[in-house]
Amino acid sequence: MATTCWGLPEALCAFPAIDTTTMREMRRTIDTGFRGLVREWSDVIDAATAPLQSFLNVLEHSFVDAPWVVVLLVLLAVVWAASRSWKTVLGAALAMFAIGWVGLWEDTMVTLAMVTVCTVFAVALGLPVGIFAARSDRVQSIVNPVLDVMQTMPSFVYLIPVVVIFGIGKVPGMIAVVIYAVPPMIRLTSLGIRLVDREVTEAADAFGSSARQKLWNVQLPLALPTIMTGVNQTIMMSLAMVVVASMVGVGGLGRNVLQAINNQFFTIGFLNGFALVAIAIIFDRTSQAFGKRLQKHREAGHE
Amino acid sequence: MNEVASTMQHVSTNIDPDIDPDREGIEIRDLYKIFGPDAKRHIAAVKAGMGKDELNSKYSHVLGLQNINLSMPGGKITVIMGLSGSGKSTLIRHINGLIEPTVGEVIYDGDDVCKMSPIELRSFRRLKTAMVFQRFALLPHRTVLENTRYGLDIQGIAHSKSEPMAQHWIERVGLKGYERHYPAQLSGGMQQRVGLARALANDADILLMDEAFSALDPLIRMDMQAILLELQEELHKTIVFITHDLDEALRLGDKIAILRDGALEQVGTGQDIVLGPANEYIASFVRDVNRGRVVQAATIARPREEGEELPSLSVPGQMVLEKVARKMTKADTTVAHVVGRKGKSLGIVDLSTLLGSLVTPATAED
Repeated sequence: MATTCWGLPEALCAFPAIDTTTMREMRRTIDTGFRGLVREWSDVIDAATAPLQSFLNVLEHSFVDAPWVVVLLVLLAVVWAASRSWKTVLGAALAMFAIGWVGLWEDTMVTLAMVTVCTVFAVALGLPVGIFAARSDRVQSIVNPVLDVMQTMPSFVYLIPVVVIFGIGKVPGMIAVVIYAVPPMIRLTSLGIRLVDREVTEAADAFGSSARQKLWNVQLPLALPTIMTGVNQTIMMSLAMVVVASMVGVGGLGRNVLQAINNQFFTIGFLNGFALVAIAIIFDRTSQAFGKRLQKHREAGHE
Repeated sequence: MNEVASTMQHVSTNIDPDIDPDREGIEIRDLYKIFGPDAKRHIAAVKAGMGKDELNSKYSHVLGLQNINLSMPGGKITVIMGLSGSGKSTLIRHINGLIEPTVGEVIYDGDDVCKMSPIELRSFRRLKTAMVFQRFALLPHRTVLENTRYGLDIQGIAHSKSEPMAQHWIERVGLKGYERHYPAQLSGGMQQRVGLARALANDADILLMDEAFSALDPLIRMDMQAILLELQEELHKTIVFITHDLDEALRLGDKIAILRDGALEQVGTGQDIVLGPANEYIASFVRDVNRGRVVQAATIARPREEGEELPSLSVPGQMVLEKVARKMTKADTTVAHVVGRKGKSLGIVDLSTLLGSLVTPATAED
């Protein structure tokens, strides 16, 4: 193919790549080795993911099988409890009615269940790691580059190792989503704790607080606005990744979007996309309002 | 070093008769603090006389405190005064172990605070010390009441017991009715009252006040000083008060220590320092001080001349000149009889001597 080489030697013109046979050999060795390894460990992996699998199934069923009125009322109650704003509740109700009306109720429930579980896992994982990173500069210096890599990696790339190791299904999807959604939680927890006023933590020390007392009485409450931003970000990223994870077998709205892309179904794609945006807005408004409500005491004002 | 030590001795004999037998004093001995990764290595050089600048430029370590020997009498207010960067905040943090010295001892009740294990130190902080901070350091998510009982919460005292205690101190600092407010809803002066109530609720012998009133408006600052003095009248705590304000130091301090570049320049009572500044630096500080509020009648009293009639007006020996002058004007007289603690005659003060002592050297030069 190298037609004109501008008079340069061959080696400087076409990139000196490994020849195809060697490459093929190499790929085969690595792939079979890896596949063998995974097969060998498949019992262990299955055993480890089985409880997750059944937990996810139970949750998904309870979301899907429950009468829609009950689910809707519970959802609106949660939105009200967190935001204490009728406007947000009304918005959520309208959005859910619209979703149900166009026949996407079931798929939305699947997605909702998945996002809920992933967010809970990501927060439960990210909070302690963030606290450790805030307490020790060494932990921070290890965690930070790892998070950098995780956040630079395109979301599709996460799916490769997950699929190879865990196969296709809900659990691998969930693992990919949690890994994708956890960095902001870790980062913002650590940042929030590190930004707590030095004088206040010093006061906690001066009154003889133990490390645990200081964490619960001072650091976490004062870092809460930043931590809540982390939770909000984690929810948003879970939702985004749940759609991508439909490629490895996660059901719900994401799968419909994927099918719509593959088949150029404009209306289905549009409606599912709209449903995703609607739940994203509900989650975002609710979690932000909750974070703001926790900070009520910061409002100044003498009488 | 010898100079400081001798001033110290002189002062302690001055204060001794008033020392509260129930309260332990705090004794700081040969304390040095160098900031930097390899602090211990440079101690010898500093002891041999290496200065702050040389240490910084040659080894990039910062000399925080050097050769501090200071005894803070129990039940009294000791003021540590210095400009910013003089090391006063560093010094006060050695007393409750928030900062560890490079070498030196901080003795309280026979124990060296610097040698305490983390657990001992924690219980020392919980039970023996309380601290008030420059920028209040209140917890924004807790109400006034919850902030005030913070130290008691840390000790694990049940709310049923701690709330009445907190309530008591909230009332004592004049915040009754604000228990359920959040700090952000209070003015700076009120926030610092909460800080004071929180410290007092701890019922600790030692009260550490780190520039506690510096962030407040002058009028509110005067108010808080009055509250502190009034409370101290009955509580007799061992108070260490940090300030950069000489007037505040003179108003509050039973004993004043002046820090400069991490070393003690002079230690003494307010009167000692105003009347006998140890060096040019201190002299420049005290030049503009209102002596009428510092110098006491006993200091300028002259012996009664033979056959001199005893003035009808008598004033106590510790009364400051400003008040003596006010009394004289009120009584329409120019002489007063100065009487000591037990009714002993200390001598006579007349208006012209009094005026002469009020005139500061600075004014005299003009």
